[in-house]
Amino acid sequence: MKRDPNDLQRYTASERANHWVVGISFILIALSGLALFHPAFWPLSMLFGGGVWTRILHPFLGVLMAVSFAAMAVRFWKLNVMTPTDWEWLKRAKEMVNGDDHNMPIMGKYNGGQKMLFWALVVCMALLFVSGILIWRAYFSGFFPVGVVRLGAVVHAAVAAVMIALIFVHVYAAIWVKGTIRAMWYGTVTRPWAKQHHRAWYKEMTGK
Amino acid sequence: MPLQSLDIAARSATTTPPPGIRKTLEVAKLIDVTKCIGCKACQVACMQWNDVRDEVGENHGTYDNPRDLTANSWTVMRYSEVESQERGLEWLIRKDGCMHCEDPGCLKACPSPGAIIKYANGIVDMQQENCIGCGYCITGCPFNVPRISEKDHKAYKCTLCSDRVAVGLEPACVKVCPTGCISFGSKEDMKDIAEERVVELKERGYGNAGLYDPQGVGGTHVMYVLHHADKPGLYHDLPTDPAISPMVSLWKGVTKPLATLGLAAVAIGSLFHYVTKGPNEVSKETEKEVEKELEEEGKQ
Repeated sequence: MKRDPNDLQRYTASERANHWVVGISFILIALSGLALFHPAFWPLSMLFGGGVWTRILHPFLGVLMAVSFAAMAVRFWKLNVMTPTDWEWLKRAKEMVNGDDHNMPIMGKYNGGQKMLFWALVVCMALLFVSGILIWRAYFSGFFPVGVVRLGAVVHAAVAAVMIALIFVHVYAAIWVKGTIRAMWYGTVTRPWAKQHHRAWYKEMTGK
Repeated sequence: MPLQSLDIAARSATTTPPPGIRKTLEVAKLIDVTKCIGCKACQVACMQWNDVRDEVGENHGTYDNPRDLTANSWTVMRYSEVESQERGLEWLIRKDGCMHCEDPGCLKACPSPGAIIKYANGIVDMQQENCIGCGYCITGCPFNVPRISEKDHKAYKCTLCSDRVAVGLEPACVKVCPTGCISFGSKEDMKDIAEERVVELKERGYGNAGLYDPQGVGGTHVMYVLHHADKPGLYHDLPTDPAISPMVSLWKGVTKPLATLGLAAVAIGSLFHYVTKGPNEVSKETEKEVEKELEEEGKQ
């Protein structure tokens, strides 16, 4: 079902499906995690069938997210290797945020900001997975000294907060840059969108 | 409240103060380790009153039976054989169980509103119907006391017989102790009894005898008289200066408001960025360029 034969394919169906599994598991794990984190968010536990169900489901959702994210990271890590142009882009990121992208360096499939987000998420996911195992009382906590479990609890809470903030930025960036979200739905972007935001990738795809 | 004797002083995962117009007498249990003969009557009474039965275990080469606290054994006698130059072999026996901290680490760590309650009289009690079984209480406890039951996945520990205390009775272990090693009453009275006993012990040559009421957790509502108060570790690793771990304080302290405000700032900041800077659309210029390219392609 091609909407416009001139559109450019940015993501395959399998990449999109992978991203949605990560996205859905992230939303569920963030909501259930927040419920266990602060009494202000406790009512979110009702979405999962109460506190006990929240406690049971949260770590399994975490495993789902970790596995699906790992699969996505394997697909995309090569595209996210930082280059000198990316660092240059990051130096000028403030101009971009202020609404002026005229001086931004030409970017490939991903810009410096997207790449930094990718690596920050890789680090967060790894830390959350390890600390999550430490504090998973039903199966694992008993194997570790209590001092390690306590450290795990702090790391888990702090890193989770950072990761939720990163995802806020990720989602907002997609809303802010018009014409982006369709890439997540059906995988294509318009040629002007590609030329505007990822000129080097545009050239690679079209030869122009 | 249905029972004035069970007025609540603190409630887990609750940010507003509990009802507090009344002041209740603070209670305490005093365990005089120097009078304990290790008969385990307290363990039996605890099981009987609270109607919990543990599995029959195996002999591990010690008198400790069961070997550790469990969801069904809320108190366990700990037998330590200690050898020193001055005194030769000493058999130090300590009744282990919840210390009922004034500043309870379990309650601080608990994420479920009302699953752990501290009564105004000082007793820290788990409300299993609100417990979600996460085990954070185990992570928070400086004494390694709470246990999650494998049967119902709820946390259990000594209640200081809150049901008995509520109606003016002493805890079951106090009632049954044949040597008078365990006393129960107001915390002030228990301190007085301990003080007299410490003087006695010092006269008998235990120069370091003293009361164990650790201030790192704000004092406890279960206290020990120890012959060697300078070395609590002799008594099956009783912590010398217990306190809520700095990690737990960080986790349950500053992290919570900081993360909440940080996330709110990012969300609201994004909204206002959109409102003030506007969306990032493709420029007309780029659109025209692409149109031109496509036209040229069509001509070729």
